[in-house]
Amino acid sequence: MTDTDVTSESPPPEVPVAGSGAAIRAAAARIADPEQRVLERIEEMRKRKPRMRDDAITMSHGAGGKSSHTLITALFADVLSNPVLDQLGDQAVLPIPGVDNLGLAVTTDSFVVSPLFFPGGDIGELAINGTVNDLAVGGATPVGIAAAFILEEGLDVELLRKVVVSLRAAADRAGVSVVTGDTKVVPRGKADKLFITTTGVGIVELPQRSAMARVRAGDVVLVSGALGDHGATVMLARGDVDLEAESLRSDTMPLHGLTKALFDEDIDVHFMRDATRGGVATVLNEIAQGAGVAISMNEDSLPIHDVVRGVAEILGIEALYIANEGKLVAIVAEGDAERALQVMRSRPEGAEAAIIGTVLPEPEGMVFIETVFGGTRVVDMLQGDPLPRIC
Amino acid sequence: MKFADEFRDADIARALSQRIAGEAGDKHWKIMEVCGGHTHTIFKYGIEDLLPSNVELVHGPGCPVCVIPMGRLDDGIALAKRPEVIFTCFGDLMRVPGSDGSLLDAKAAGADVRMVYSPLDALKIARDNPDKKVVFYAIGFETTAPSTALTLLRAKAENLRNLFVFCNHVNIIPPMKAILDSPDLQLDGFLGPGHVSTVVGIRPYEFVTRTYNKPVVVVGFEPLDILQGVHMVIQQILQGRCEVENQYTRVVHDEGNPKALDVLGRVFQLRTQFEWRGLGFISQSGLELREEFDEWNAEKMFTVPGVRVADPKACQCGEVLKGVLKPWECKVFGTACTPETPIGTCMVSSEGACAAYYNFGRYSRARERERAMGANGNGNGNGAVKELKPIEVKAG
Ligand code: SF4
Repeated sequence: MTDTDVTSESPPPEVPVAGSGAAIRAAAARIADPEQRVLERIEEMRKRKPRMRDDAITMSHGAGGKSSHTLITALFADVLSNPVLDQLGDQAVLPIPGVDNLGLAVTTDSFVVSPLFFPGGDIGELAINGTVNDLAVGGATPVGIAAAFILEEGLDVELLRKVVVSLRAAADRAGVSVVTGDTKVVPRGKADKLFITTTGVGIVELPQRSAMARVRAGDVVLVSGALGDHGATVMLARGDVDLEAESLRSDTMPLHGLTKALFDEDIDVHFMRDATRGGVATVLNEIAQGAGVAISMNEDSLPIHDVVRGVAEILGIEALYIANEGKLVAIVAEGDAERALQVMRSRPEGAEAAIIGTVLPEPEGMVFIETVFGGTRVVDMLQGDPLPRIC
Repeated sequence: MKFADEFRDADIARALSQRIAGEAGDKHWKIMEVCGGHTHTIFKYGIEDLLPSNVELVHGPGCPVCVIPMGRLDDGIALAKRPEVIFTCFGDLMRVPGSDGSLLDAKAAGADVRMVYSPLDALKIARDNPDKKVVFYAIGFETTAPSTALTLLRAKAENLRNLFVFCNHVNIIPPMKAILDSPDLQLDGFLGPGHVSTVVGIRPYEFVTRTYNKPVVVVGFEPLDILQGVHMVIQQILQGRCEVENQYTRVVHDEGNPKALDVLGRVFQLRTQFEWRGLGFISQSGLELREEFDEWNAEKMFTVPGVRVADPKACQCGEVLKGVLKPWECKVFGTACTPETPIGTCMVSSEGACAAYYNFGRYSRARERERAMGANGNGNGNGAVKELKPIEVKAG
């Protein structure tokens, strides 16, 4: 191909010193190369702030992929903009007047899963664990939770009691209390049985140890366990697919013990995020874009249960994009990676933890995977698939 | 659950890849994989990394969602918007934009649109909702057509009157012929579709070798199948042969599947012509329901707009599909035509040639540069984009 020749004749574009002959030659080669110009144009367009083009909300705005991202940045964050919100973290950190080394971490999350009960968990347990985890990955210790319930007219009271009892048990396991709440009832058909919103408050040490800005090339990427169990379980429990997999259960669990263990062992954790909606692929893309790095994974090392692999293959989706409710991605300093793995594996939540990849300097914003077959593939953000309600 | 891991063995792949690199020499090869399933495997396993840069895979017209012309999609959306209708289709169709929004948008506006995994799911929905009219929007090649046919046969046997099929089934051979007929064709050979061939067998491809003098190798869907297929095409040409070969013998029989063909024949007949996105009207390329199924035929039982929406003038999908143009050479690529607002078929699904290049072009470009620098001996190999691991050929 001729365009390859252009590049191979010119010096490697990484090394030119500004103003040197090499830099000028490299620039000239770029201008003479129409393919490169097209690629650069795309790059510029991508860096522009996304615009909300849709006239109405569709299911893809809730799928955790590109459309969700556009909705959040182009509408919510745009209108509500302020210095704390603009960071778009899992939790907001507010100053505590008079205290310098501690902050107040706040996070909120809604749960609309259908069915309400599924193998391995239920909506009440999710509502606690999801919020506890959003605090835990930021290094915050949860201190209290607020819960709001939207109930559909006609909801069975016994069923509601079961959910609330389960929610209480989950809160006890996570060592937090539901300290305030709210209920609303809407007419039949205006909600699907029961929706829950939980808000968590926690205390975090400052400066925050887990912060996206700390991610750098050379870091190592870990996950705390097998991927996709929750999403695959709920998709089957919905009965949309004629499949049964008895060993499949949701992985919903609190991760505050695991994150605390990592900090207690003084692991140099640069960043953590729990991989819920959109799966590990989405979290890694957010990190690559947010921190301006590339992330390379090794397909061989991804912990995925055979049954999830099977479900994913049959449904034509990838386990990397399937939601988890008790798994986090941790980016740690290279020298601490093995130790981090040991700490995770020594705990039940992290028994199947694995090192799955590394952080590279470029191509910026890109996540890719070395396939079991020896090739490479780019792992993009989920492109608005109409996935069912799974969390 | 069992997996075909033996067809994903990286060592065998490297050995094969090295053999291909050795035999391909300096010639620039262009081989088209006709089927969307192959394109998927190629991306999923990064197979292009295992081929030398002078062996190029051209992604053909075999993605069933992408070939649906916008007018037909508009018809489907119009059906979905009828209050008495439950509209069912495969999930990947829901995001494709029609001239006024997608099925997802229609769903958001109140239409009852449901994703199904098989036409039998639509049958079940029809049974469960006797007071509704259930429309199944059928798409796909000879691979999916038999299950639509079986569903219709069952609906007829049960006398189920509220299921209707909007049929967009197409045949794979006519578009191959259309591509071969183009005067600026630049392909050396074809990887024939595996699943379609389980139904139709390998004989229908003989015209490609006879009339057009291009080799065809029917291949399976595992990554090694594809590498082996590429190798077989190259070998045929180097040895001066031109045949229809069957790499996928573990599944494809030369005669195809007579039972499936029989079912197809009982339910469907050829349309005189059918429009393909990017390729225009191709005669005898689509299937429609036979008269006996009129009462289940959504095209007969409902009035749909039936308005043809011409492919935009700027669209150069035909050239891209034929391998004449690279995606980035299309005038609207990346400006008017992006994955969010696709103009042509190749941008619709993430496996279309243009969408793939839009998303990953920058990356493959960087990789190419790395490779070229490696060849010049001045690559610094800083590991930003990893080079292929050294290839060792194992004996045997
Ligand atoms: S850029 Fe768009 S219009 Fe041009 S060839 Fe590709 S898909 Fe077709």
